[in-house]
Amino acid sequence: MTSLEAHDVALDRRLLPTSIEVPSGQLVGLVGPNGGGKTSLLRALAGVEQASGSVIIEGEDLDSAPQARRRRLLSFLPASRDVTWPIAARDVIALGLEQPDEERIAEMIALLELGAIAERPVDRLSTGERARVLIARAFAARPRILLLDEPLSNLDPYWVLRFLEIFRAAAGSGQSLLVALHDLNLLPHFDRALLIADGQIQMDEAPANLMVSERFGEIFRLRGTGDGQWKIRPPADRQSSR
Amino acid sequence: MRLFIVLSPVLCIAAHLLLPLAPLREANAIDSQLAELLLVQLRLPRTLLVIGYGAALGASGAALQAMFANPLASPDISGASSGAALGAVVGGYWLGLTQPLALAACGAAGALGTLALLIGLAGRKADTATLLLAGLAISLAAGAATSLALALAPSPFAFYDAFDWLMGSFVDRSLAQAAAALIPAGIATILLLRRARALDLVGLGEDVAASLGLRPRQLSIEVIALSAVAVGACVSVAGAIGFVGLVAPLFGRRLSRGHPGSAMFPAALIGAILLTFADLTVRAIPLDRPIPVGVVTAIFGTPLFIWMVVTMRRRLTA
Repeated sequence: MTSLEAHDVALDRRLLPTSIEVPSGQLVGLVGPNGGGKTSLLRALAGVEQASGSVIIEGEDLDSAPQARRRRLLSFLPASRDVTWPIAARDVIALGLEQPDEERIAEMIALLELGAIAERPVDRLSTGERARVLIARAFAARPRILLLDEPLSNLDPYWVLRFLEIFRAAAGSGQSLLVALHDLNLLPHFDRALLIADGQIQMDEAPANLMVSERFGEIFRLRGTGDGQWKIRPPADRQSSR
Repeated sequence: MRLFIVLSPVLCIAAHLLLPLAPLREANAIDSQLAELLLVQLRLPRTLLVIGYGAALGASGAALQAMFANPLASPDISGASSGAALGAVVGGYWLGLTQPLALAACGAAGALGTLALLIGLAGRKADTATLLLAGLAISLAAGAATSLALALAPSPFAFYDAFDWLMGSFVDRSLAQAAAALIPAGIATILLLRRARALDLVGLGEDVAASLGLRPRQLSIEVIALSAVAVGACVSVAGAIGFVGLVAPLFGRRLSRGHPGSAMFPAALIGAILLTFADLTVRAIPLDRPIPVGVVTAIFGTPLFIWMVVTMRRRLTA
């Protein structure tokens, strides 16, 4: 069943009209060079900015969904991990819920191993700890669609792998996830990969197919060495990148 | 916490109405009606103004801090109080307005103008240094414009007359004046308090708030307009009083577990308490002429402000 349907969403000068369908339970990786439009696509889908076009989740138009319903439909994690206020980690997770639900908060604290820092103010946590708290906030309301902007940045290797497990489990329970990432070697963990550059989706493939394609290398100005490593293309080659 | 919420306003009102006790006792000894007159006609408007103004400063300070995502934003530092003073001076000495409500509207307009200017100059998500500098520039300009408006005012007594209230004074205010300040300020403050949850969510970042279906831009316009009305109306009657709107939210957030929006309510209570103590201090000082309340809040507030700047220096230089 299709969970997310976006028709011609566009942001002025950053995202060309883009249509995309994501079935429920799919784990989608978003890759692309800096400034290519990954964040813009996530922001347009999340309704952070007034985008043209329409976003439909589980048959409901996002624009007309009431606030309480929206939390069940989607949640958005921005790339910034800054929090200005000294709010306890536990309270940040609670802000992800429409109604106070101690059981659910305890569940998220256990899942993300936040027990030791649950009462500490988030603005005093390390970037990686803060990332875990903010991701817990995004997951708390069990939204159908999760739009996560670089959730795996600034994490230690354990947490990168642990989050991939958590994402997979979420997809297993029918949630769909769009995850922007920079580490190309993590792409094989995803069901589907979108390559975004110049404000539009350039490729939409299974990760294995995407990574070996010539166009993928061209856009990233990289060349795979075949053993999971990447090399920068020689300058003559790079000119023709786009 | 609940006890604090119930008791603090009651204690403030009682303390402010009854202290100092001696004049009341003397009046009562002469004639019980005289004591009543003293209490209702002279002290009650002052008490209501002090409590209401303090609450308005606390709530709007917390709201502005939540909106700017900056613990140093406040009615005084943003220039809103100076703008309100300018508005009231222009209305009172140049336009010849005498109706308290018309003056309150001028105060609100002045505050609104300076806040709009601040947003234009510094942006909505300015870093601390930009916000402080822009606020300082606007405050200085508004202060100079106020002095100029008074110096050139048609009435030669304007300067002397205005000194009485510009730095904050609650002396000899009528019930009508109190009503002109407190009815708009009260409505605006209640409307601000209703936005507590939304401002808490904005505390997670505007992008997260927008993805939850809130409209951060619209919310910030509402916060600015409501704060301008709340502060502007009070300034037009009782002058510009600094530091309460800066300090009360700081303690308010201690009681709201750091949540910036939920801090508005405790900040309002704390603002009322702080201003009550400041005005009682003014009354307790045995001078033949009253010193402005703003001087007292500044004397207590300045060390606290310096402490805040020192603890924030890391962020300022980062």
